[in-house]
Amino acid sequence: MTVYAPPGTEGSIVKYETRYDHWIGGEYVPPAKGQYFDNPSPVTGQTFCEIARGTADDVERALDAAHGAAPGWARTSVAERANILNRIADRMEANLEKLAVAESWENGKPVRETLAADLPLAVDHFRYFAGALRAQEGSLGEIDDDTVAYHFHEPLGVVAQIIPWNFPILMAVWKLAPALAAGNAVVLKPAEQTPASIHYLISLVGDLLPPGVLNIVNGFGVEAGKPLASSKRVAKVAFTGETTTGRLIMQYASENIIPVTLELGGKSPNLFFDDVSRADDDFMDKALEGFAMFALNQGEVCTCPSRALIQRGHYSDFLAAGVKRVENMKQGNPLDTDTQVGAQASNDQLEKILSYFDIGKQEGAKILIGGSRSELGGDLAGGYYVQPTVFEGSNSMRIFQEEIFGPVVSVTSFTDYADAIKIANDTLYGLGAGVWTRDINQAYRAGREIQAGRVWTNCYHQYPAHAAFGGYKQSGIGRENHKMMLDHYQQTKNLLVSYSPKAMGFF
Amino acid sequence: MGTGTRVEVTPAAADVLRSLRGRHGPLMFHQSGGCCDGSAPMCYLEGEFRTGASDILLEELHIDGFDEPVSFWMSTAQYETWKHTHLTVDVVPGRGSGFSLEAPDGVRFLIRSRLLTPSDGQPQNGSD
Repeated sequence: MTVYAPPGTEGSIVKYETRYDHWIGGEYVPPAKGQYFDNPSPVTGQTFCEIARGTADDVERALDAAHGAAPGWARTSVAERANILNRIADRMEANLEKLAVAESWENGKPVRETLAADLPLAVDHFRYFAGALRAQEGSLGEIDDDTVAYHFHEPLGVVAQIIPWNFPILMAVWKLAPALAAGNAVVLKPAEQTPASIHYLISLVGDLLPPGVLNIVNGFGVEAGKPLASSKRVAKVAFTGETTTGRLIMQYASENIIPVTLELGGKSPNLFFDDVSRADDDFMDKALEGFAMFALNQGEVCTCPSRALIQRGHYSDFLAAGVKRVENMKQGNPLDTDTQVGAQASNDQLEKILSYFDIGKQEGAKILIGGSRSELGGDLAGGYYVQPTVFEGSNSMRIFQEEIFGPVVSVTSFTDYADAIKIANDTLYGLGAGVWTRDINQAYRAGREIQAGRVWTNCYHQYPAHAAFGGYKQSGIGRENHKMMLDHYQQTKNLLVSYSPKAMGFF
Repeated sequence: MGTGTRVEVTPAAADVLRSLRGRHGPLMFHQSGGCCDGSAPMCYLEGEFRTGASDILLEELHIDGFDEPVSFWMSTAQYETWKHTHLTVDVVPGRGSGFSLEAPDGVRFLIRSRLLTPSDGQPQNGSD
């Protein structure tokens, strides 16, 4: 067990700056309007640094820098671009513990997760796209004896990226690695709830990229995000968040006729067939962990398995064992490596979760465990903690239809395979799903029939690079985490070449 | 306090709306869904978010001091799963996200819900 000292206190391995400006053109630039906003840690509710409050002027300045750098970066050889990504990965790996503590402090997530998942995945993500880029090839089509169609990958130019707050570093890296690998310059806006982590990362790797290739403008959505997403000077917008902002970004993009990739969340079903409980063995233990996965990252995951569908035959026993697992969860100081459940990322997030407890109860859902705010003492008293919560109800309830984004699972039963698929697909979203069964044929059929971009089969919440991640239905457009994301950041240039000296004969 | 039957506004939220109205102009809401700040009512300048055939105008909120109503929209697909509930726009301290106008003021609009009752004069069955 290790308890890390809070950043900025004696004995801490992390020291945040007291203020972060915008990172533009390889240096820190103060905001044009001179305004800053406070950045609190959800661990204690106390402010630990202030952040530049960006506006359209700052976005323009960042776009100037990006447009200045983009042509040179696009011409940089793929070997050199890949080397730089690998150097970023190496530097992050060498500083993994510091980055893990920094992110935990800003987001409220347990450091055991940032140490074991967020940061190792981010490191690997840069390496994966370094490799994918080196292996990427264009194509040629031999149209006829005299005519050849060559297809080249070309970068889009300058792209905009708007990052969510649930994985401040990993979600930034999911977007940065493919965009930079593909040869684009980036203007990135971190979430206003978690803007400092990415700057801590820049303090470690900022020297590795040519100035202007990566620019970071901080600020609020309406003041900095909107001018960026609606700019005529970006060739693509990538966004992770919710549906209304996703639609608004698409509306802006339609004005400029540029592509978007969107990841807008889900209400992911986690299906447990009767045969899971056939034996009390390792697999049963794994399935119960799979049930408890709704509390990973305090439920602030777009693919949170927030609907558990349990088959009638083993419903009572499996659910009782699942609730027992939840009972044993350790909630507390996120900087303690024994802590499994930390703080929600912001006060409004906490309030939203509490509002769902309210409507869930009004609709007649039964609370099997949890159901209120966690009051932790000492320094944590001002933090945003919610008890891991299990609701039992029916799929038409709002707690089954909306992503609560808290450590909350809504449980219902199903009778047979057809019923399971019907309930699983009775949702507006289609990002993730889980299927647990010892019958591999059943697992395969269910995985194919569930309308979601990622179906974890006898596992959950694994996010390795090389496995495509993205949504069906209202969950968005595009596939991250896979080499196909390179295509989302590239144009196709076709050279149609004639090797015949003869005229075509029309004129 | 708004006078709607499907959507209402708390006095605190009305104060924030008045402040935003004074600085920006006529306002609208579009109720979000999905992850991160999903479930938050997003407040925009009227017309900033283009609604269409996939949206339903749930309410025109009348706020004291406003010449025009604040329209409250939701996608029809989401409405299907929300239509048995009555919504109240409240406001809490917070950071928000998305492009909603109130976030820079350090507050966030939040939806509180209750089940519709016969006295609301609205359909109450989520499956009707």
